[in-house]
Amino acid sequence: MVGKDCVAIACDLRLGLQALTVSNNFPKIFQYGDHVFLGLTGLATDVSTVSDLFRYKVNMYRLREERHIAPRTFANLVSSSLYERRFGPYFVSPVVAGLEPKTGKPFICGFDSIGCIDFAKDFIVSGTATEQLFGMCESLWEPDLGPDALFETISQALLNAVDRDALSGWGAHVYIIEKNKVTKRLLKGRQD
Amino acid sequence: MGPAWQPGAQPGEPRRLSSKCAFMTACQTGSSEPRDRGRQKHPNPTQPPTSTNTYNAKMEVLLGITGKDFTLIAASKAAMRGATILKAADDKTRQLNKHTLMAFSGEAGDTVQFAEYIQANAQLYSMRNETDLSPSALAHFVRGELASSLRSRKPYNVNLLLGGVDPITHKPSLYWLDYLASLAPVPYAAHGYAQYYCLSILDKHHQPDIALERGMELLTLCADELKRRLPIDFKGLVVKAVTKDGIIDMPFDDDRIVKSA
Repeated sequence: MVGKDCVAIACDLRLGLQALTVSNNFPKIFQYGDHVFLGLTGLATDVSTVSDLFRYKVNMYRLREERHIAPRTFANLVSSSLYERRFGPYFVSPVVAGLEPKTGKPFICGFDSIGCIDFAKDFIVSGTATEQLFGMCESLWEPDLGPDALFETISQALLNAVDRDALSGWGAHVYIIEKNKVTKRLLKGRQD
Repeated sequence: MGPAWQPGAQPGEPRRLSSKCAFMTACQTGSSEPRDRGRQKHPNPTQPPTSTNTYNAKMEVLLGITGKDFTLIAASKAAMRGATILKAADDKTRQLNKHTLMAFSGEAGDTVQFAEYIQANAQLYSMRNETDLSPSALAHFVRGELASSLRSRKPYNVNLLLGGVDPITHKPSLYWLDYLASLAPVPYAAHGYAQYYCLSILDKHHQPDIALERGMELLTLCADELKRRLPIDFKGLVVKAVTKDGIIDMPFDDDRIVKSA
């Protein structure tokens, strides 16, 4: 979710097999640089596989280029890596959030499982609670939210969306990304 | 010769591979041939393989409980094939190193083959480096192997519980892994139909700081419920405890009479 000179990304913590909850401590957001974050929803094994794959690719990029990867570059890396598996895809729907290193402008985008990029200037949602999240974000989000207001907005949107979805919830992680500060907050959420 | 040999390497000579050890690669090529017989050709990770053994695999019981300074692993003793119990004292666990134990269930040949492949590599690592891999490192290694198998021509159909105690910090840990290579660190875990009965019992009664005696009580509680609710006899449980001093076989009363509800 985009704010004024800041951007936020949040996920729930549930891991389940259909209706059976296996774990309630399975974070789905991964950091790939000072201001580059990736959220992954979908098949749990592919969440791990894809996050590990990008850790490898981003480390190689950093060694080769001797600088951190920019969110837009990373988004294109995600897109091309997913399209490599066009006919046997990883079953994930990624979300990238970050700040452009030069301008400090917020950058967010989402993907389908074969890498089609969906750029947005407000918010991106993904996962089993997509419909609920769209509703919450459409009604709560407004332009130029400051970091604190953005935290409140994204947290309320996520918590209230997952409470209407049986397959997600059980706590949440929220990252607020600012120019010189990244704040990670753990939300308890409903545990039933 | 299998495809995994490095070009230019002479058969029969020791090989140095870049990251993974030569032994590991050799193990994989050596084992791939006999596993090819009459199985599905096109694995589809979205749907569970429709094997005839699906029901059996879910009937097998794997349980894990962590406590203050231990991890308990229990596995059912019945080795099943179709409607027949072939063996009533089967041990579905393998010790990976001094502080790590792995329990497995799933398709008949795959389970032991995969478990012993992991066991051999864990032990090889310990010999080469004079250090054991931590339970967390092993869990991620196993996940890597299972994940690459998942998208191979014939994936392993194995569900695992990996329990251990960190050799340095003495922190107990338990990892839940299924045949899709989903990895989750958990305080307590189960596989198969046992999940439906045991997880709810453990949700209610488990605390992170329990002593070993209390862990055994919880296990008895779970075993009683399984005997009460599972439609077949799983022939009791093999119970092992991982502590900082190593892995101990725990005595467990399989002959407790449970009144049905």
